[in-house]
Amino acid sequence: MSLIENLPRIRKLRLPRADGVVQWIVPLAIIAIWQAACVTGFVSSRVLPAPSDVALAGWKLLLSGELAQNIWVSFWRAGIGFIIGGSIGFAFGLANGLSQLSSRLTDTTLQMVRNIPHLALIPLVILWFGIDESAKLFLVALGVFFPIYLNTLHGVRTVDPQLIEMGRIYGMTDSELFRRVIFPGALPSIFVGVRFALGIMWLTLIVAETIAASSGLGYMAMQARELMQIDVVVLSILIYALLGKVADSASRALERLTLSWNPAFQKH
Amino acid sequence: MQEALIQDALRFRLPDAEPVDPSDIIEQAQVARRGSDVISRGLPLTIRGLRKSFGDHQVLRGIDLHIPAGQFVAIVGRSGCGKSTLLRLIAGLETIDAGTVSFGEEIRPEDVRVMFQEPRLLPWAKVLSNVEVGLGRDRASPDAQGRAEKALAEVGLEEKRGQWPAVLSGGQKQRVALARALVSDPRVLAFDEPLGALDALTRISMQRLLERVWRDQSFTAILVTHDVAEAVALADRVLVIEDGRIAHDVRIDIPRPRRRGSADLAALEGSILRDLLGAGDESTDI
Ligand SMILES: Nc1ncnc2c1ncn2[C@@H]1O[C@H](COP(=O)(O)OP(=O)(O)OP(=O)(O)O)[C@@H](O)[C@H]1O
Ligand SMILES: [Mg+2]
Repeated sequence: MSLIENLPRIRKLRLPRADGVVQWIVPLAIIAIWQAACVTGFVSSRVLPAPSDVALAGWKLLLSGELAQNIWVSFWRAGIGFIIGGSIGFAFGLANGLSQLSSRLTDTTLQMVRNIPHLALIPLVILWFGIDESAKLFLVALGVFFPIYLNTLHGVRTVDPQLIEMGRIYGMTDSELFRRVIFPGALPSIFVGVRFALGIMWLTLIVAETIAASSGLGYMAMQARELMQIDVVVLSILIYALLGKVADSASRALERLTLSWNPAFQKH
Repeated sequence: MQEALIQDALRFRLPDAEPVDPSDIIEQAQVARRGSDVISRGLPLTIRGLRKSFGDHQVLRGIDLHIPAGQFVAIVGRSGCGKSTLLRLIAGLETIDAGTVSFGEEIRPEDVRVMFQEPRLLPWAKVLSNVEVGLGRDRASPDAQGRAEKALAEVGLEEKRGQWPAVLSGGQKQRVALARALVSDPRVLAFDEPLGALDALTRISMQRLLERVWRDQSFTAILVTHDVAEAVALADRVLVIEDGRIAHDVRIDIPRPRRRGSADLAALEGSILRDLLGAGDESTDI
Protein backbone atom coordinates (compact mmCIF):
# COMPACT_ATOMS: atom_id res chain seq x y z
CA MET A 1 0.00 0.00 0.00
CA SER A 2 1.39 3.35 -0.95
CA LEU A 3 0.56 6.72 0.54
CA ILE A 4 -1.01 7.76 -2.71
CA GLU A 5 -3.85 5.36 -2.10
CA ASN A 6 -5.18 7.70 0.54
CA LEU A 7 -5.62 10.56 -1.89
CA PRO A 8 -9.28 11.19 -2.61
CA ARG A 9 -9.04 10.74 -6.36
CA ILE A 10 -7.59 7.31 -6.26
CA ARG A 11 -9.81 6.21 -3.43
CA LYS A 12 -12.65 5.87 -5.91
CA LEU A 13 -10.91 2.88 -7.41
CA ARG A 14 -10.96 0.84 -4.22
CA LEU A 15 -13.73 -1.65 -3.69
CA PRO A 16 -16.03 -0.15 -1.05
CA ARG A 17 -17.16 -3.56 0.30
CA ALA A 18 -13.69 -4.94 0.79
CA ASP A 19 -12.66 -1.77 2.63
CA GLY A 20 -14.43 -2.76 5.85
CA VAL A 21 -12.81 -6.19 5.91
CA VAL A 22 -9.30 -5.24 4.85
CA GLN A 23 -8.65 -2.96 7.83
CA TRP A 24 -9.26 -5.82 10.28
CA ILE A 25 -6.78 -8.24 8.73
CA VAL A 26 -3.72 -6.89 10.54
CA PRO A 27 -5.27 -6.64 14.05
CA LEU A 28 -6.67 -10.16 13.72
CA ALA A 29 -3.31 -11.51 12.55
CA ILE A 30 -1.60 -9.85 15.52
CA ILE A 31 -4.04 -11.46 17.94
CA ALA A 32 -3.53 -14.84 16.29
CA ILE A 33 0.28 -14.60 16.52
CA TRP A 34 0.03 -13.36 20.11
CA GLN A 35 -2.20 -16.31 21.05
CA ALA A 36 0.15 -18.75 19.35
CA ALA A 37 3.19 -17.25 21.09
CA CYS A 38 1.54 -17.62 24.50
CA VAL A 39 0.16 -21.10 23.97
CA THR A 40 3.53 -22.44 22.79
CA GLY A 41 5.20 -20.86 25.82
CA PHE A 42 7.31 -18.58 23.69
CA VAL A 43 6.03 -15.69 25.79
CA SER A 44 5.59 -16.28 29.52
CA SER A 45 2.09 -15.63 30.83
CA ARG A 46 3.61 -13.45 33.55
CA VAL A 47 4.88 -11.08 30.89
CA LEU A 48 1.87 -11.12 28.64
CA PRO A 49 -1.28 -13.19 29.15
CA ALA A 50 -2.79 -14.93 26.13
CA PRO A 51 -5.67 -13.13 24.42
CA SER A 52 -7.93 -15.94 25.50
CA ASP A 53 -7.00 -15.28 29.16
CA VAL A 54 -7.65 -11.59 28.69
CA ALA A 55 -11.03 -12.40 27.16
CA LEU A 56 -11.79 -14.71 30.07
CA ALA A 57 -10.87 -12.01 32.60
CA GLY A 58 -13.09 -9.60 30.69
CA TRP A 59 -15.96 -12.09 30.75
CA LYS A 60 -15.66 -12.55 34.53
CA LEU A 61 -15.57 -8.82 35.15
CA LEU A 62 -18.50 -8.38 32.83
CA LEU A 63 -20.53 -10.95 34.75
CA SER A 64 -19.73 -9.27 38.06
CA GLY A 65 -20.87 -5.96 36.62
CA GLU A 66 -17.58 -4.35 37.58
CA LEU A 67 -16.44 -3.86 34.01
CA ALA A 68 -19.58 -2.10 32.84
CA GLN A 69 -19.50 0.09 35.93
CA ASN A 70 -15.89 1.16 35.37
CA ILE A 71 -16.32 1.72 31.64
CA TRP A 72 -19.38 3.81 32.30
CA VAL A 73 -17.57 5.94 34.88
CA SER A 74 -14.64 6.56 32.52
CA PHE A 75 -16.92 7.24 29.60
CA TRP A 76 -18.96 9.68 31.65
CA ARG A 77 -15.84 11.57 32.80
CA ALA A 78 -14.50 11.70 29.27
CA GLY A 79 -17.81 12.88 27.84
CA ILE A 80 -18.60 15.54 30.41
CA GLY A 81 -15.03 16.84 30.46
CA PHE A 82 -15.03 16.97 26.68
CA ILE A 83 -18.32 18.83 26.53
CA ILE A 84 -17.22 21.39 29.12
CA GLY A 85 -13.74 22.00 27.71
CA GLY A 86 -14.92 21.74 24.13
CA SER A 87 -17.74 24.26 24.48
CA ILE A 88 -15.54 26.78 26.25
CA GLY A 89 -12.82 26.32 23.62
CA PHE A 90 -15.36 26.65 20.84
CA ALA A 91 -16.86 29.78 22.37
CA PHE A 92 -13.46 31.44 22.79
CA GLY A 93 -12.42 30.35 19.31
CA LEU A 94 -15.50 31.92 17.78
CA ALA A 95 -15.28 35.09 19.84
CA ASN A 96 -11.61 35.62 19.08
CA GLY A 97 -12.04 34.73 15.44
CA LEU A 98 -14.92 37.14 14.96
CA SER A 99 -14.00 40.02 17.23
CA GLN A 100 -10.76 41.95 17.20
CA LEU A 101 -11.44 43.26 20.68
CA SER A 102 -12.03 39.85 22.19
CA SER A 103 -8.96 38.51 20.44
CA ARG A 104 -6.73 41.30 21.74
CA LEU A 105 -8.14 40.84 25.19
CA THR A 106 -7.71 37.09 25.60
CA ASP A 107 -5.63 35.50 22.85
CA THR A 108 -2.18 36.31 24.26
CA THR A 109 -3.16 35.02 27.69
CA LEU A 110 -4.55 31.82 26.26
CA GLN A 111 -1.47 31.26 24.12
CA MET A 112 0.66 31.63 27.24
CA VAL A 113 -1.42 29.18 29.26
CA ARG A 114 -1.25 26.77 26.33
CA ASN A 115 2.46 26.33 26.89
CA ILE A 116 1.88 24.73 30.28
CA PRO A 117 1.44 20.98 29.81
CA HIS A 118 -1.90 20.40 31.47
CA LEU A 119 -0.75 17.14 33.05
CA ALA A 120 1.86 19.14 34.96
CA LEU A 121 -1.06 20.57 36.90
CA ILE A 122 -2.00 17.19 38.39
CA PRO A 123 -0.37 17.80 41.81
CA LEU A 124 -2.01 21.19 42.01
CA VAL A 125 -5.36 19.80 40.91
CA ILE A 126 -5.19 17.09 43.53
CA LEU A 127 -4.49 19.73 46.14
CA TRP A 128 -7.46 21.75 44.94
CA PHE A 129 -10.02 19.04 44.31
CA GLY A 130 -8.65 15.93 46.06
CA ILE A 131 -9.42 12.81 44.04
CA ASP A 132 -12.91 14.03 43.51
CA GLU A 133 -14.75 13.76 40.17
CA SER A 134 -14.13 17.44 39.57
CA ALA A 135 -10.36 16.85 39.47
CA LYS A 136 -10.72 14.51 36.49
CA LEU A 137 -13.29 16.68 34.76
CA PHE A 138 -11.07 19.73 35.21
CA LEU A 139 -8.05 18.02 33.70
CA VAL A 140 -9.97 16.58 30.76
CA ALA A 141 -11.70 19.89 30.08
CA LEU A 142 -8.38 21.74 30.20
CA GLY A 143 -6.73 19.24 27.86
CA VAL A 144 -9.61 19.38 25.38
CA PHE A 145 -9.92 23.16 25.49
CA PHE A 146 -6.80 24.07 23.54
CA PRO A 147 -7.07 21.95 20.41
CA ILE A 148 -10.69 23.00 20.01
CA TYR A 149 -9.94 26.64 20.75
CA LEU A 150 -6.99 26.84 18.36
CA ASN A 151 -8.67 25.03 15.50
CA THR A 152 -11.95 26.91 15.81
CA LEU A 153 -10.02 30.18 15.83
CA HIS A 154 -7.98 29.10 12.83
CA GLY A 155 -11.10 27.92 11.01
CA VAL A 156 -12.98 31.17 11.55
CA ARG A 157 -10.01 33.30 10.58
CA THR A 158 -9.31 31.43 7.39
CA VAL A 159 -12.83 31.48 5.96
CA ASP A 160 -12.46 32.76 2.40
CA PRO A 161 -12.83 36.58 2.65
CA GLN A 162 -14.24 36.60 -0.86
CA LEU A 163 -17.14 34.46 0.31
CA ILE A 164 -17.74 36.81 3.22
CA GLU A 165 -17.75 39.76 0.85
CA MET A 166 -20.16 37.83 -1.39
CA GLY A 167 -22.46 37.25 1.57
CA ARG A 168 -22.44 40.94 2.41
CA ILE A 169 -23.08 41.95 -1.20
CA TYR A 170 -26.11 39.70 -1.26
CA GLY A 171 -27.45 41.33 1.85
CA MET A 172 -26.86 38.66 4.49
CA THR A 173 -27.34 39.83 8.05
CA ASP A 174 -24.60 39.09 10.58
CA SER A 175 -26.37 36.02 11.87
CA GLU A 176 -27.05 34.71 8.37
CA LEU A 177 -23.44 35.35 7.46
CA PHE A 178 -22.37 33.32 10.46
CA ARG A 179 -24.80 30.48 9.80
CA ARG A 180 -24.35 30.22 6.06
CA VAL A 181 -20.73 31.26 5.48
CA ILE A 182 -18.49 31.48 8.53
CA PHE A 183 -19.55 28.44 10.53
CA PRO A 184 -19.68 25.99 7.60
CA GLY A 185 -16.36 27.41 6.39
CA ALA A 186 -14.75 26.86 9.78
CA LEU A 187 -16.23 23.39 10.29
CA PRO A 188 -13.49 21.30 8.63
CA SER A 189 -10.92 22.94 10.87
CA ILE A 190 -13.14 22.51 13.94
CA PHE A 191 -13.30 18.79 13.21
CA VAL A 192 -9.53 18.61 13.10
CA GLY A 193 -9.62 20.13 16.58
CA VAL A 194 -12.21 17.62 17.75
CA ARG A 195 -10.12 14.68 16.57
CA PHE A 196 -7.05 16.03 18.35
CA ALA A 197 -9.08 16.73 21.45
CA LEU A 198 -10.43 13.18 21.55
CA GLY A 199 -6.90 11.83 21.67
CA ILE A 200 -5.96 14.21 24.46
CA MET A 201 -9.19 13.41 26.27
CA TRP A 202 -8.35 9.69 26.64
CA LEU A 203 -4.72 10.36 27.46
CA THR A 204 -5.64 12.80 30.21
CA LEU A 205 -8.22 10.48 31.62
CA ILE A 206 -5.88 7.49 31.73
CA VAL A 207 -3.25 9.49 33.58
CA ALA A 208 -5.73 11.09 35.95
CA GLU A 209 -7.50 7.82 36.75
CA THR A 210 -4.24 6.02 37.28
CA ILE A 211 -2.96 8.61 39.72
CA ALA A 212 -6.02 9.82 41.50
CA ALA A 213 -9.22 7.85 41.32
CA SER A 214 -11.32 5.28 43.12
CA SER A 215 -13.22 4.08 40.08
CA GLY A 216 -12.90 3.92 36.32
CA LEU A 217 -10.76 1.97 33.92
CA GLY A 218 -7.46 3.50 35.05
CA TYR A 219 -8.30 2.68 38.64
CA MET A 220 -9.24 -0.85 37.63
CA ALA A 221 -5.85 -1.28 35.96
CA MET A 222 -3.94 0.08 38.96
CA GLN A 223 -5.80 -2.15 41.36
CA ALA A 224 -5.16 -5.19 39.17
CA ARG A 225 -1.47 -4.32 39.13
CA GLU A 226 -1.40 -4.41 42.91
CA LEU A 227 -3.10 -7.79 42.86
CA MET A 228 -0.76 -9.00 40.08
CA GLN A 229 -3.75 -9.60 37.76
CA ILE A 230 -1.85 -8.96 34.58
CA ASP A 231 -4.77 -10.11 32.39
CA VAL A 232 -6.97 -7.35 33.82
CA VAL A 233 -4.22 -4.79 33.25
CA VAL A 234 -3.98 -5.80 29.61
CA LEU A 235 -7.77 -5.82 29.37
CA SER A 236 -7.99 -2.21 30.58
CA ILE A 237 -5.40 -1.13 28.08
CA LEU A 238 -7.30 -2.81 25.27
CA ILE A 239 -10.55 -1.23 26.36
CA TYR A 240 -8.93 2.19 26.34
CA ALA A 241 -7.78 1.50 22.79
CA LEU A 242 -11.27 0.38 21.82
CA LEU A 243 -12.94 3.43 23.36
CA GLY A 244 -10.45 5.67 21.59
CA LYS A 245 -11.27 3.96 18.32
CA VAL A 246 -15.02 4.31 18.92
CA ALA A 247 -14.72 8.02 19.65
CA ASP A 248 -12.58 8.54 16.57
CA SER A 249 -14.99 6.61 14.36
CA ALA A 250 -17.92 8.60 15.71
CA SER A 251 -16.22 11.88 14.92
CA ARG A 252 -15.29 10.64 11.45
CA ALA A 253 -18.86 9.61 10.79
CA LEU A 254 -20.10 13.02 11.93
CA GLU A 255 -17.47 14.63 9.74
CA ARG A 256 -18.57 12.68 6.69
CA LEU A 257 -22.17 13.57 7.38
CA THR A 258 -21.67 17.30 7.80
CA LEU A 259 -18.91 17.78 5.26
CA SER A 260 -20.48 15.80 2.46
CA TRP A 261 -20.12 18.85 0.21
CA ASN A 262 -16.36 18.47 0.39
CA PRO A 263 -15.04 16.13 -2.31
CA ALA A 264 -12.48 14.78 0.18
CA PHE A 265 -15.26 13.43 2.38
CA GLN A 266 -17.61 12.08 -0.23
CA LYS A 267 -18.41 8.40 -0.01
CA HIS A 268 -17.22 6.49 -3.01
CA MET B 1 -28.52 39.81 -42.23
CA GLN B 2 -32.20 40.43 -42.89
CA GLU B 3 -32.98 37.17 -41.06
CA ALA B 4 -31.01 38.18 -38.01
CA LEU B 5 -32.66 41.57 -37.86
CA ILE B 6 -36.10 40.03 -37.92
CA GLN B 7 -35.09 37.62 -35.21
CA ASP B 8 -33.90 40.54 -33.13
CA ALA B 9 -37.02 42.47 -33.74
CA LEU B 10 -39.17 39.59 -32.63
CA ARG B 11 -37.32 39.51 -29.34
CA PHE B 12 -38.11 43.12 -28.65
CA ARG B 13 -41.74 42.84 -29.64
CA LEU B 14 -44.27 42.72 -26.87
CA PRO B 15 -46.33 39.55 -26.85
CA ASP B 16 -49.60 41.34 -27.50
CA ALA B 17 -48.29 43.53 -30.33
CA GLU B 18 -50.11 43.49 -33.69
CA PRO B 19 -48.47 41.54 -36.47
CA VAL B 20 -46.66 43.99 -38.74
CA ASP B 21 -44.82 43.70 -41.99
CA PRO B 22 -41.09 42.88 -41.95
CA SER B 23 -39.90 46.35 -42.91
CA ASP B 24 -41.59 47.77 -39.83
CA ILE B 25 -39.98 45.11 -37.70
CA ILE B 26 -36.56 46.01 -39.05
CA GLU B 27 -37.20 49.64 -38.31
CA GLN B 28 -38.20 48.78 -34.75
CA ALA B 29 -35.15 46.64 -34.27
CA GLN B 30 -32.87 49.43 -35.34
CA VAL B 31 -34.56 51.83 -32.94
CA ALA B 32 -34.28 49.28 -30.18
CA ARG B 33 -30.61 48.84 -30.86
CA ARG B 34 -29.71 52.49 -30.95
CA GLY B 35 -31.75 53.85 -28.12
CA SER B 36 -32.10 50.93 -25.81
CA ASP B 37 -33.30 53.30 -23.03
CA VAL B 38 -36.71 53.34 -24.64
CA ILE B 39 -37.47 49.78 -23.64
CA SER B 40 -34.78 49.13 -21.04
CA ARG B 41 -35.56 48.48 -17.41
CA GLY B 42 -31.89 49.08 -16.65
CA LEU B 43 -30.72 52.08 -14.66
CA PRO B 44 -28.65 54.92 -16.07
CA LEU B 45 -25.37 55.57 -14.29
CA THR B 46 -23.73 58.94 -13.84
CA ILE B 47 -20.26 59.34 -12.35
CA ARG B 48 -18.83 62.78 -11.61
CA GLY B 49 -15.30 63.59 -10.53
CA LEU B 50 -14.75 60.19 -8.94
CA ARG B 51 -11.46 59.82 -7.08
CA LYS B 52 -9.98 57.01 -5.09
CA SER B 53 -6.58 56.52 -3.45
CA PHE B 54 -5.12 53.69 -1.45
CA GLY B 55 -2.63 55.33 0.91
CA ASP B 56 -0.42 57.56 -1.21
CA HIS B 57 -1.34 55.76 -4.37
CA GLN B 58 -3.91 57.66 -6.41
CA VAL B 59 -5.76 55.01 -8.37
CA LEU B 60 -8.64 56.98 -9.86
CA ARG B 61 -7.99 60.66 -10.53
CA GLY B 62 -11.31 62.02 -11.65
CA ILE B 63 -13.63 59.78 -13.60
CA ASP B 64 -16.53 61.42 -15.42
CA LEU B 65 -18.92 59.10 -17.14
CA HIS B 66 -22.54 58.77 -18.16
CA ILE B 67 -23.93 55.39 -19.07
CA PRO B 68 -27.49 55.45 -20.48
CA ALA B 69 -29.92 52.86 -19.17
CA GLY B 70 -29.47 49.46 -20.75
CA GLN B 71 -26.13 50.17 -22.38
CA PHE B 72 -23.44 47.48 -22.45
CA VAL B 73 -20.14 49.13 -21.54
CA ALA B 74 -16.78 47.41 -21.50
CA ILE B 75 -13.84 48.79 -19.52
CA VAL B 76 -10.30 47.90 -20.56
CA GLY B 77 -6.91 49.06 -19.37
CA ARG B 78 -3.54 47.82 -18.24
CA SER B 79 -3.31 45.64 -15.19
CA GLY B 80 -3.45 47.72 -12.04
CA CYS B 81 -4.97 50.78 -13.72
CA GLY B 82 -7.98 50.72 -11.42
CA LYS B 83 -10.67 48.88 -13.39
CA SER B 84 -11.68 46.69 -10.47
CA THR B 85 -11.54 49.66 -8.15
CA LEU B 86 -13.93 51.59 -10.41
CA LEU B 87 -16.29 48.63 -10.52
CA ARG B 88 -16.18 48.17 -6.76
CA LEU B 89 -16.94 51.86 -6.26
CA ILE B 90 -19.91 51.59 -8.61
CA ALA B 91 -21.17 48.55 -6.70
CA GLY B 92 -20.67 50.30 -3.38
CA LEU B 93 -18.00 47.88 -2.15
CA GLU B 94 -15.44 50.62 -1.48
CA THR B 95 -15.84 54.06 0.01
CA ILE B 96 -15.63 57.01 -2.36
CA ASP B 97 -12.87 59.58 -1.66
CA ALA B 98 -14.42 62.33 -3.78
CA GLY B 99 -17.07 62.65 -6.46
CA THR B 100 -20.43 60.99 -6.96
CA VAL B 101 -21.91 57.81 -8.38
CA SER B 102 -25.63 58.00 -9.01
CA PHE B 103 -28.21 55.81 -10.66
CA GLY B 104 -30.73 58.57 -11.23
CA GLU B 105 -33.12 57.28 -8.57
CA GLU B 106 -33.20 55.66 -5.17
CA ILE B 107 -32.12 52.03 -5.62
CA ARG B 108 -32.65 48.84 -3.68
CA PRO B 109 -29.57 46.72 -2.90
CA GLU B 110 -30.97 44.01 -5.20
CA ASP B 111 -30.84 46.39 -8.18
CA VAL B 112 -27.06 46.31 -8.51
CA ARG B 113 -25.25 42.99 -8.74
CA VAL B 114 -21.59 42.14 -9.27
CA MET B 115 -19.99 39.05 -10.72
CA PHE B 116 -16.31 38.32 -10.16
CA GLN B 117 -13.65 36.26 -11.83
CA GLU B 118 -14.05 33.66 -9.09
CA PRO B 119 -17.55 32.23 -8.91
CA ARG B 120 -17.65 32.66 -5.10
CA LEU B 121 -20.19 29.90 -4.63
CA LEU B 122 -20.78 28.50 -1.16
CA PRO B 123 -19.18 25.04 -1.44
CA TRP B 124 -21.46 23.67 1.30
CA ALA B 125 -24.70 24.72 -0.38
CA LYS B 126 -26.29 22.90 -3.30
CA VAL B 127 -26.48 24.74 -6.62
CA LEU B 128 -30.08 25.82 -6.14
CA SER B 129 -29.54 27.29 -2.69
CA ASN B 130 -26.49 29.12 -4.01
CA VAL B 131 -28.76 30.76 -6.56
CA GLU B 132 -31.31 31.57 -3.86
CA VAL B 133 -28.60 33.54 -2.03
CA GLY B 134 -28.91 36.05 -4.88
CA LEU B 135 -32.45 36.97 -3.85
CA GLY B 136 -31.10 39.08 -1.01
CA ARG B 137 -33.89 40.07 1.32
CA ASP B 138 -36.43 38.09 -0.70
CA ARG B 139 -34.68 34.84 0.23
CA ALA B 140 -37.40 33.89 2.66
CA SER B 141 -40.31 34.63 0.32
CA PRO B 142 -42.47 31.68 -0.78
CA ASP B 143 -41.60 32.02 -4.47
CA ALA B 144 -37.85 32.06 -3.76
CA GLN B 145 -37.31 28.54 -5.02
CA GLY B 146 -39.35 29.12 -8.16
CA ARG B 147 -37.36 32.22 -9.00
CA ALA B 148 -34.07 30.43 -8.39
CA GLU B 149 -35.15 27.59 -10.66
CA LYS B 150 -36.08 30.06 -13.37
CA ALA B 151 -32.71 31.79 -13.14
CA LEU B 152 -30.95 28.44 -13.28
CA ALA B 153 -32.93 27.50 -16.39
CA GLU B 154 -31.92 30.82 -17.90
CA VAL B 155 -28.26 29.77 -17.80
CA GLY B 156 -29.12 26.23 -18.91
CA LEU B 157 -28.24 24.42 -15.68
CA GLU B 158 -31.62 23.35 -14.34
CA GLU B 159 -30.52 19.71 -14.21
CA LYS B 160 -27.64 20.61 -11.86
CA ARG B 161 -29.87 22.12 -9.17
CA GLY B 162 -29.17 19.37 -6.63
CA GLN B 163 -25.41 19.15 -7.14
CA TRP B 164 -22.60 20.42 -4.94
CA PRO B 165 -20.57 23.20 -6.59
CA ALA B 166 -17.42 21.08 -6.26
CA VAL B 167 -18.57 18.72 -9.02
CA LEU B 168 -19.21 21.48 -11.57
CA SER B 169 -16.73 22.59 -14.22
CA GLY B 170 -15.31 26.11 -14.09
CA GLY B 171 -17.70 27.32 -16.78
CA GLN B 172 -20.70 25.77 -15.03
CA LYS B 173 -19.73 27.37 -11.71
CA GLN B 174 -19.56 30.72 -13.44
CA ARG B 175 -23.00 30.11 -14.93
CA VAL B 176 -24.37 29.38 -11.46
CA ALA B 177 -22.79 32.65 -10.29
CA LEU B 178 -24.50 34.38 -13.21
CA ALA B 179 -27.84 32.83 -12.25
CA ARG B 180 -27.30 34.06 -8.69
CA ALA B 181 -26.62 37.56 -9.98
CA LEU B 182 -29.67 37.47 -12.27
CA VAL B 183 -32.19 35.99 -9.86
CA SER B 184 -33.07 39.30 -8.22
CA ASP B 185 -33.73 40.88 -11.65
CA PRO B 186 -30.95 43.46 -11.22
CA ARG B 187 -31.07 46.69 -13.17
CA VAL B 188 -27.29 47.11 -13.22
CA LEU B 189 -24.94 44.17 -13.55
CA ALA B 190 -21.20 44.74 -13.12
CA PHE B 191 -18.76 42.05 -14.24
CA ASP B 192 -15.12 41.95 -13.12
CA GLU B 193 -13.36 39.71 -15.64
CA PRO B 194 -16.06 37.07 -15.24
CA LEU B 195 -14.60 34.90 -17.97
CA GLY B 196 -10.94 35.47 -17.15
CA ALA B 197 -10.35 32.00 -15.77
CA LEU B 198 -12.12 30.05 -18.51
CA ASP B 199 -10.70 28.27 -21.55
CA ALA B 200 -11.16 29.81 -24.99
CA LEU B 201 -14.16 27.74 -26.08
CA THR B 202 -16.03 28.09 -22.82
CA ARG B 203 -15.33 31.81 -22.95
CA ILE B 204 -17.01 32.15 -26.30
CA SER B 205 -20.12 30.28 -25.25
CA MET B 206 -20.23 32.31 -22.01
CA GLN B 207 -19.92 35.52 -24.01
CA ARG B 208 -22.94 34.44 -26.06
CA LEU B 209 -24.79 33.68 -22.84
CA LEU B 210 -23.94 37.08 -21.35
CA GLU B 211 -25.10 38.82 -24.48
CA ARG B 212 -28.31 36.82 -24.53
CA VAL B 213 -29.27 37.49 -20.91
CA TRP B 214 -28.38 41.14 -21.33
CA ARG B 215 -30.73 41.38 -24.32
CA ASP B 216 -33.49 39.35 -22.63
CA GLN B 217 -33.38 41.19 -19.33
CA SER B 218 -32.15 44.55 -20.57
CA PHE B 219 -30.10 45.60 -17.57
CA THR B 220 -27.26 48.07 -17.76
CA ALA B 221 -24.07 46.02 -18.14
CA ILE B 222 -20.57 47.08 -17.13
CA LEU B 223 -17.90 44.57 -18.07
CA VAL B 224 -14.28 44.82 -16.98
CA THR B 225 -12.12 42.66 -19.19
CA HIS B 226 -8.53 42.07 -20.23
CA ASP B 227 -9.66 40.79 -23.58
CA VAL B 228 -10.16 43.57 -26.12
CA ALA B 229 -11.74 41.14 -28.60
CA GLU B 230 -14.32 40.28 -25.96
CA ALA B 231 -14.95 43.94 -25.28
CA VAL B 232 -15.63 44.82 -28.93
CA ALA B 233 -17.69 41.67 -29.47
CA LEU B 234 -20.05 42.37 -26.59
CA ALA B 235 -20.14 46.05 -25.79
CA ASP B 236 -21.94 49.08 -27.22
CA ARG B 237 -19.06 51.14 -25.99
CA VAL B 238 -15.51 50.52 -24.82
CA LEU B 239 -13.79 52.73 -22.25
CA VAL B 240 -10.01 52.72 -21.98
CA ILE B 241 -8.67 53.72 -18.56
CA GLU B 242 -5.23 55.25 -18.34
CA ASP B 243 -3.56 57.15 -15.51
CA GLY B 244 -6.72 57.02 -13.44
CA ARG B 245 -8.87 58.67 -16.08
CA ILE B 246 -10.97 57.61 -19.02
CA ALA B 247 -8.54 58.12 -21.88
CA HIS B 248 -10.66 56.81 -24.74
CA ASP B 249 -14.37 56.30 -25.16
CA VAL B 250 -15.03 54.21 -28.26
CA ARG B 251 -18.52 53.51 -29.60
CA ILE B 252 -18.98 50.08 -31.15
CA ASP B 253 -21.75 50.64 -33.68
CA ILE B 254 -21.54 47.23 -35.27
CA PRO B 255 -24.99 45.63 -35.43
CA ARG B 256 -25.78 42.52 -33.44
CA PRO B 257 -25.53 39.59 -33.61
CA ARG B 258 -21.87 40.27 -34.30
CA ARG B 259 -19.76 37.81 -36.18
CA ARG B 260 -16.59 37.04 -34.29
CA GLY B 261 -13.51 37.59 -36.41
CA SER B 262 -15.24 39.91 -38.87
CA ALA B 263 -13.15 42.65 -40.45
CA ASP B 264 -14.84 45.61 -38.75
CA LEU B 265 -14.56 44.05 -35.28
CA ALA B 266 -10.92 43.25 -35.93
CA ALA B 267 -10.26 46.83 -37.04
CA LEU B 268 -11.83 48.23 -33.88
CA GLU B 269 -9.95 45.74 -31.73
CA GLY B 270 -6.70 46.78 -33.41
CA SER B 271 -7.28 50.47 -32.81
CA ILE B 272 -8.18 49.96 -29.14
CA LEU B 273 -5.12 47.77 -28.66
CA ARG B 274 -3.02 50.55 -30.15
CA ASP B 275 -4.56 52.99 -27.68
CA LEU B 276 -3.67 50.65 -24.84
CA LEU B 277 -0.12 50.00 -25.99
CA GLY B 278 0.44 53.68 -26.77
CA ALA B 279 -0.28 54.45 -23.14
CA GLY B 280 2.41 52.00 -22.14
CA ASP B 281 5.04 53.53 -24.42
CA GLU B 282 4.54 57.02 -23.05
CA SER B 283 4.28 56.32 -19.36
CA THR B 284 7.17 54.56 -17.72
CA ASP B 285 5.77 54.15 -14.22
CA ILE B 286 3.81 50.97 -14.82
N1 LIG C 1 -7.73 47.35 -1.03
C1 LIG C 1 -6.62 47.90 -1.58
N2 LIG C 1 -5.63 48.36 -0.79
C2 LIG C 1 -4.51 48.91 -1.32
N3 LIG C 1 -4.30 49.04 -2.63
C3 LIG C 1 -5.23 48.59 -3.48
C4 LIG C 1 -6.45 47.99 -2.99
N4 LIG C 1 -7.20 47.64 -4.05
C5 LIG C 1 -6.50 48.01 -5.14
N5 LIG C 1 -5.33 48.58 -4.81
C6 LIG C 1 -4.33 49.11 -5.74
O1 LIG C 1 -5.02 49.90 -6.67
C7 LIG C 1 -4.50 49.72 -7.96
C8 LIG C 1 -5.61 49.35 -8.90
O2 LIG C 1 -6.11 48.09 -8.56
P1 LIG C 1 -7.27 47.40 -9.37
O3 LIG C 1 -7.52 46.09 -8.72
O4 LIG C 1 -8.41 48.32 -9.49
O5 LIG C 1 -6.59 47.19 -10.77
P2 LIG C 1 -7.17 46.48 -12.07
O6 LIG C 1 -7.19 47.48 -13.13
O7 LIG C 1 -8.44 45.80 -11.75
O8 LIG C 1 -6.05 45.42 -12.36
P3 LIG C 1 -6.19 43.97 -12.99
O9 LIG C 1 -6.44 44.18 -14.42
O10 LIG C 1 -4.85 43.36 -12.75
O11 LIG C 1 -7.29 43.30 -12.27
C9 LIG C 1 -3.41 48.68 -7.85
O12 LIG C 1 -2.18 49.33 -7.83
C10 LIG C 1 -3.68 48.01 -6.53
O13 LIG C 1 -2.48 47.63 -5.94
MG1 LIG D 1 -9.01 43.74 -11.51
